[in-house]
Amino acid sequence: MRQYSRFTPYLYVLPLVLLLAFVFGYPLVRIFEFSFKLVRGIDGPWIGFRNYQLILGQDLFWDSVRHNLFLLLAVPAMVIWSLLISVVLYERINGWKLYRIVLFFPYILAIPIIAVVMKKMFQLSGPVNEVLNGLHLDFLALDWIGSSDVALWTVMLLIIWRESALGIILFLARLLSLDESLIEAAKLEGASWWQRVWYVLVPQMKVVIEFYVVVSVITMLSSVFAYVYMMGSGRGGPGTSTMVVEFYIFNALVRTSLPGIASAVSVLLFLVSLLLIIPLFAVRRRANEQELGS
Amino acid sequence: MSRSKARPDNALKHGILLLATFLALVPSIFMILTSLKSQDEYTFNKVGLPHALVLDHFKSILFDSPLFAWMGNSAILAGGAVLLSTVVSCLGAYAIAMMRFKGRSLLFSVSTALMAVPPVVMIVPLFVLYTQLDLISTFRGTIVIYAGLITPFSVYLLTTFFRTLPKEIFESARIDGAGELFILWKIVLPLSLPALLTLVVVNALYVWNDLIIAIIFLQDDAKRTLMAGISVFQGRYEAQIPLTMAGMVIASAPMVILYIAFQKYFIRGLMAGAIK
Repeated sequence: MRQYSRFTPYLYVLPLVLLLAFVFGYPLVRIFEFSFKLVRGIDGPWIGFRNYQLILGQDLFWDSVRHNLFLLLAVPAMVIWSLLISVVLYERINGWKLYRIVLFFPYILAIPIIAVVMKKMFQLSGPVNEVLNGLHLDFLALDWIGSSDVALWTVMLLIIWRESALGIILFLARLLSLDESLIEAAKLEGASWWQRVWYVLVPQMKVVIEFYVVVSVITMLSSVFAYVYMMGSGRGGPGTSTMVVEFYIFNALVRTSLPGIASAVSVLLFLVSLLLIIPLFAVRRRANEQELGS
Repeated sequence: MSRSKARPDNALKHGILLLATFLALVPSIFMILTSLKSQDEYTFNKVGLPHALVLDHFKSILFDSPLFAWMGNSAILAGGAVLLSTVVSCLGAYAIAMMRFKGRSLLFSVSTALMAVPPVVMIVPLFVLYTQLDLISTFRGTIVIYAGLITPFSVYLLTTFFRTLPKEIFESARIDGAGELFILWKIVLPLSLPALLTLVVVNALYVWNDLIIAIIFLQDDAKRTLMAGISVFQGRYEAQIPLTMAGMVIASAPMVILYIAFQKYFIRGLMAGAIK
C-alpha cells in the first residue's frame, strides 16, 4: 500500500522533533544541570546540592509552596458553583443559550485585564467596600488588596470567579450529551429536583468532575503567575503574602539573576507536574471515552 | 399540582442564574461605567451611573498611549507563533496519523505528555541561552518559544482528528499516484477546517493572553505585548481610575468582539484547550 519512501515520514516529523527538542528537551535537560551549578551569566562551577539546600532552608520558598497549596481551597468552591449553575442551566429554562454565552464570558477576559479591574473594585475605598458599608456589612469591608492577611483570599476569589466559567461550560457539555430518558423516568417516578440531581445527574458527571478537578489542581500549583503578578503589583505583595512558586522562579531568574536557584525550583515543580500527569492522563482517557474530549 | 410546585422552583432557578449572570458581568459593567466618569465624579460616585458621559479618557488613550502599539506586538507574536506551530504540527500529525515509521507512537506519547509540563519550567535555560545569543527582546526568538509551547496540544488535536478521517480516500489518492504533500494540502486539510479553526482560536488566545513569557523575553519597551503593557499602564496611572478603566475597555475589546462574533468556536476551542 505504501508508496512514500522510507525516509519521507522522518522528513515530515523533523521540524516537529526539532521544535520540541529546542523548547522542551533542551530546557528540561538544562534545569537539572543548572540546579547543581552556581550559574553566573551562562554557566558556572558544580556545587552539588547547595542550591537545593539553600531553597529548602528558606522561609520564602516554603511560604510560596504554602500559598500554592492554599489556593487548592478554590477547587471545591469552583466545583460546587459550576455544578449548581450547570445543573440549573440543564433544565433548559428560557434563554439558557444566552446564559451560557454570558456565563462563559469571564473566561474570555484576559487575566491581567480582569485583575486590574478587580483591584480597583476591591480597593479599601473602592466600590465593593462602599456597597458593603451601605448594606451595614461593615465587618466585611476588608482591606482586600492591602492587607497581607486578606490579599491571598482576594486572589483566590478572582481565580474562582474566572476558572468556574470553564467548569460550567465543561459540565454543561456533559449534561447535554446525556440520555434524557433517564431524567424523564426519574421525574415520572416522582423524584424531587434534588433527588434527580444527586442520584441521576451527578453520578453521570463523575468523569468530567474528576477531569475538571485534576486540571484545576494543576492550574493552582503551576499556572497562577498572571493572577499573582497583577494583584500583587509585580512583587507578590503586600509583603510576601501572595508569593507563589512560579513567582519565586521569576524573581530568582530575572530580579536576583540566580539561574541555578531558579533551576532547582523548576526541577521541583517539574517533578510535581510529572506526578500529576498520571491522574491527568487517566481522567483524560476516560473523558475521551465519553466523547468529551476533542 | 405539579404546576403549582414548579413555579416557585423555577423562580429560584432563575434567581440563581440571575445572580450568576450578575457576578459574571459586574466587573465589566464597573469597568465600562467608570471609564465614562470624570476623575472628580469617580471620587464621590463609585457605584452609580455616570451623571454626564465623559469621553476624554478614551480620547487621551486613542491619541496618546502605546496600547495600540502593544496590541500590534501581541498580534505579531500570536500570528507568527500560530502559523509556525500549525505548519509544523500539520506535517508532524499527518505523518503520525497516516504513515508508518519507527518511533511513531513514542513521538506521539512524548509530545502528548509535554502538554502537562508547566511552561514556567522551561523558562530558565531558554532565558540564559537567549541572553547569550542576543535573542532577548526579539520577536523571532519569542515566537519560537510560543510556537513550541502550543505545539504539543496542536499535534494531539490534529492527530486525533486526522485519525477519524476515512482512510479509503487517501489510499485511493495514493494509488492514483498523488504525493503525500498533495494529499495533506488538497484532501486532509480541507476536511480538517473545523479542527484547524478550533486550534487557531485556542493557540492565538494563549499567546495573546500570556504574561510570564512576555515579561521575561520581551523586556524592550518597543516590543512589549498588550498583557505586559497593561501592568505598566496600571502602574503609570495608578490614581486615575477612570482613565485606567478606559484603557482596560480598549484592551479587552478585540477578544470580546471576536467572542461575540465566533462564540461557538471560542466555547468549543477553549473546552478542547482545557484538556491539555
